Amino acid sequence: MENLIALLVAAPLVGAALLLCGGKRLDRTGHWIGSLLAVASFAVAVVLFADMLGKGAEHRALHQHLFSWIPVGGFRADIAFQLDQLSMTFVLLITGVGSLIHIYSIGYMEHDERRRRFFGYLNLFLAAMLLLVLADNYLLLYVGWEGVGLASYLLIGFWQHKPSAATAAKKAFLVNRVGDMGLSIAIMLMFTTFGTFAFGPVFAAAGDASEGRLTAIGLVLLLAACGKSAQVPLQSWLGDAMEGPTPVSALIHAATMVTAGVYLITRSGAIFNLAPDAQTAVVVVGAVTLLFGAIVGCAKDDIKKALAGSTMSQIGYMVLAAGLGPIGYAFAIMHLVTHGFFKAGLFLGAGSVMHGMNDEVDMRRYGGLRRYMPVTFVTFGLGYLAIIGFPGLSGFFSKDKIIEAAFARGGTEGWILGGAALLGAAITAFYMTRVMLMTFFGEKRWDPEEFHPHESPKVMTVPMIVLAVGSVFAGGLFSVGDAFVRWLEPVTSFAHGHSPVSAGVVTAATMVVLAIGVGIAWLMYGRKEVPATAPRGSLLTRAARRDLLQDDFNHVVLVRGGEHLTRTLVYLDHSLVDGAVNGTAAAMGGLSSRLRQLQTGFVRSYAVQMLGGAAVLVAATLLMRGV
Amino acid sequence: MNPVYYLYLAALLFTIGAAGVLIRRNAIVVFMCIELMLNACNLAFVTFSRMHGNLDGQIIAFFTMVVAAAEVVVGLAIIVSIFRTRHSASVDDASLMKL
Amino acid sequence: MMGLAAAASSGEAVQFWILGIVAVAGALCTIMMRRAVHSALSLAGTMIVLAVFYLANGAYFLGVVQVVVYTGAIMMLFLFVVMLVGVTAADSLKETLKGQRWLAAGLGVGFGILLIAGIGNAALKEFNGLGDANAGGNVQGLAALIFTKYVFAFEITGALLITAVVGAMVLTHRERTERARTQRERSEARIREGRQVTPLPAPGVYARHNAVDIPGLLPDGTPSELTVSPTLRERGQVRDVSGQSLAELKALEQRSEEWLGRESGRPGKKRPGPAAPKEEAQK
Repeated sequence: MENLIALLVAAPLVGAALLLCGGKRLDRTGHWIGSLLAVASFAVAVVLFADMLGKGAEHRALHQHLFSWIPVGGFRADIAFQLDQLSMTFVLLITGVGSLIHIYSIGYMEHDERRRRFFGYLNLFLAAMLLLVLADNYLLLYVGWEGVGLASYLLIGFWQHKPSAATAAKKAFLVNRVGDMGLSIAIMLMFTTFGTFAFGPVFAAAGDASEGRLTAIGLVLLLAACGKSAQVPLQSWLGDAMEGPTPVSALIHAATMVTAGVYLITRSGAIFNLAPDAQTAVVVVGAVTLLFGAIVGCAKDDIKKALAGSTMSQIGYMVLAAGLGPIGYAFAIMHLVTHGFFKAGLFLGAGSVMHGMNDEVDMRRYGGLRRYMPVTFVTFGLGYLAIIGFPGLSGFFSKDKIIEAAFARGGTEGWILGGAALLGAAITAFYMTRVMLMTFFGEKRWDPEEFHPHESPKVMTVPMIVLAVGSVFAGGLFSVGDAFVRWLEPVTSFAHGHSPVSAGVVTAATMVVLAIGVGIAWLMYGRKEVPATAPRGSLLTRAARRDLLQDDFNHVVLVRGGEHLTRTLVYLDHSLVDGAVNGTAAAMGGLSSRLRQLQTGFVRSYAVQMLGGAAVLVAATLLMRGV
Repeated sequence: MNPVYYLYLAALLFTIGAAGVLIRRNAIVVFMCIELMLNACNLAFVTFSRMHGNLDGQIIAFFTMVVAAAEVVVGLAIIVSIFRTRHSASVDDASLMKL
Repeated sequence: MMGLAAAASSGEAVQFWILGIVAVAGALCTIMMRRAVHSALSLAGTMIVLAVFYLANGAYFLGVVQVVVYTGAIMMLFLFVVMLVGVTAADSLKETLKGQRWLAAGLGVGFGILLIAGIGNAALKEFNGLGDANAGGNVQGLAALIFTKYVFAFEITGALLITAVVGAMVLTHRERTERARTQRERSEARIREGRQVTPLPAPGVYARHNAVDIPGLLPDGTPSELTVSPTLRERGQVRDVSGQSLAELKALEQRSEEWLGRESGRPGKKRPGPAAPKEEAQK
């Protein structure tokens, strides 16, 4: 059975190779090949999943060793896969949601002449992400990690003729490099600490390492996770990444890319559990990001950017949960999976709206669309209810658990984190309601002459329906008898938190803040007419529209600072380094022009010098003998 | 008489040869002075051989002679070829290798 | 034997002091003489003295080699080159480099003092002598060492000699870069230039002086430069005998007159006059 694991990665990889190297003769069939291979990978995943379910909890992990990659002395890197419950969850999510997005893209990209290339990149994205979650050592994980970065760069900048898309792709790539550096440093630290970077040996030896070492590794791993998962302070690329085609956004936000950071932290749980300081950093980053993303989401009029803010916020929840240790890992992954369903559904829905509205993204120019695209309305609405945590839908189960776990951290920290998570839930309810109201309700704010909204074709709506079904039922299914937690427990371990407030109180509080958020949104956007041009807004609104000044901050601190640093360094280089070098050279030149006076060309002068030297040597010998 | 006087004689001859190298300009004479220095060294070696009671010193002197012969052959060839091109055997005339 | 003794005998002392002075004098002459040929001869003398000293020190083989190889071969090579370069040219002993002579003298004296001080300081009181080492014969002892302990040095020295021979040949050999001109071409060129069509006049005067360094005389008694080799002219090694020739000519005429007069006084004048020039030519 374990021989099938390589097939998971191989199928999309072959697809990418075929589509990217196949040339024009695949133009007409390329999208089918790409989708078929994604589905094939999903089918293999299902087979493996079924097999895994049939075994006892302790025997579910599979290993496949393909070949020795770099065996150099004590350094040993293998191409080897590890498929345990955690990887299985990710594989199912990636291949499942990925396949749906592939199918959706067939319709969405129908009129794009570079569709074959687009599917090749999508397949590459899937392959890299699968490699990331299936690797059994950090170095191979790093390969997948970089592959994801490359594929995201290619896809965000897919419409490279638009300067904004090219810039966004470059920005995503550069910001990701910062995180990648963190991962590479983490791998080096692991190698120096443990002498290996394979998961098993590292986690087994983690207990022997000093806490300082583990904290250092944890912090650089967190940096890596921040880069890929768009967490503060490396969050700035996510909003701009909306420049890519909408299926790409869905893929990045739901199934691949941003989930990699959560996977990394959860996978490295053995290290984080022993480094409380690093865990504190993780929960702080998660809490800050979940509020940051939510606030940004409130102010955006661009539907995709509002959803992007929401992704940042939801990933913040996951990172927060992952930072809580064994009481949160399972819930982080559970929220990740449910989020994968409803966020993919929301993005595909947004894409469907844009498809019908001539690629218009400004929500202030939507309005009343529920009559024109009913399927999109229903599926988007179910995703909306799921994300705000409406009782009974999947978001309710996963988010509620995270808020509970946050309170369960205990002490003042628990109250702060729990409060932040609750506040985030309220804001989530607010901005998602805002998106819903502005898009599907109210009066139409578009020109009927110019826009002809219509429902999308079947190939696009079917994946949306499937995802909507997942959004509704996944959470409940996972929570029946704590199925999901017990499923993951062998890998991530699980501990019941001791919350200062009972679960029922937390749930009630969540419901209350949810109702408040929805209510405020209804008061602001449902009862009143939405102005077609954005009002000036408060200071916070204006800041949030500018992504809470993240780019200004980066510009002032990093770009300007970098420029100043470079100028200073150039000045120092010119004055000090060059001065020293040139000064040395000038001194040497002066000395040489003096010394060359000795170089008369007369052999006899040289002979005199030689004899003088010999005399000195003899004298020195005699003197030393005397000593 | 103590044979150590041979060493003094060798030192004296060596010094005279060295002074000759420094003073004379005729390349052939300079060369002869070098031969004189080599001979002085040979005398010292032979005396050392007698002093230590083994023949190693004489062997070294013998090798010195062989090397001196080779050196003379090459050196004189160089002098001849320089003389042929410059019509001068003065070592001061061959002073182009300078800045 | 004298050389085998650890300490030198009084006979050796006498020999040392006499020959040592000769050797130092020879060395000094080597560096003082203005003519290179004199320097070479002085050096040869010093070397022969050194050969005697080798013999006195029990190095019989080296003593003989010193005479045969050094004095006989190397010094003769020197002389050969001296002849090639110019045997009579005297070097100027005027120093051209500023301070060179003082430096040389100072360093020479200083170095000598250092060496002698070093020898004086060294504990050289014990002399073992070569009695045991030379027991089986000096040459046999050397041979045993050369072909055992020093065999590699010996082989490498052989390679060095070969290299030196090749090097000397390469240095002195001049490759002809163009075809040698034929006699016909040379005569044609001579006529075209119009300078000297006939062969150059031979040196020597009236069959009395046929040495190559004596210019022939023109009819008016002045010496002709053309008759002497350009190399000798350049070196200034031309012997002018024009004045001497005139004096000798006068004496010759007088003698021939005397001879003719004696001949005319003889009875029975059988032979005619033309016999006299023939007689002269035979002389």
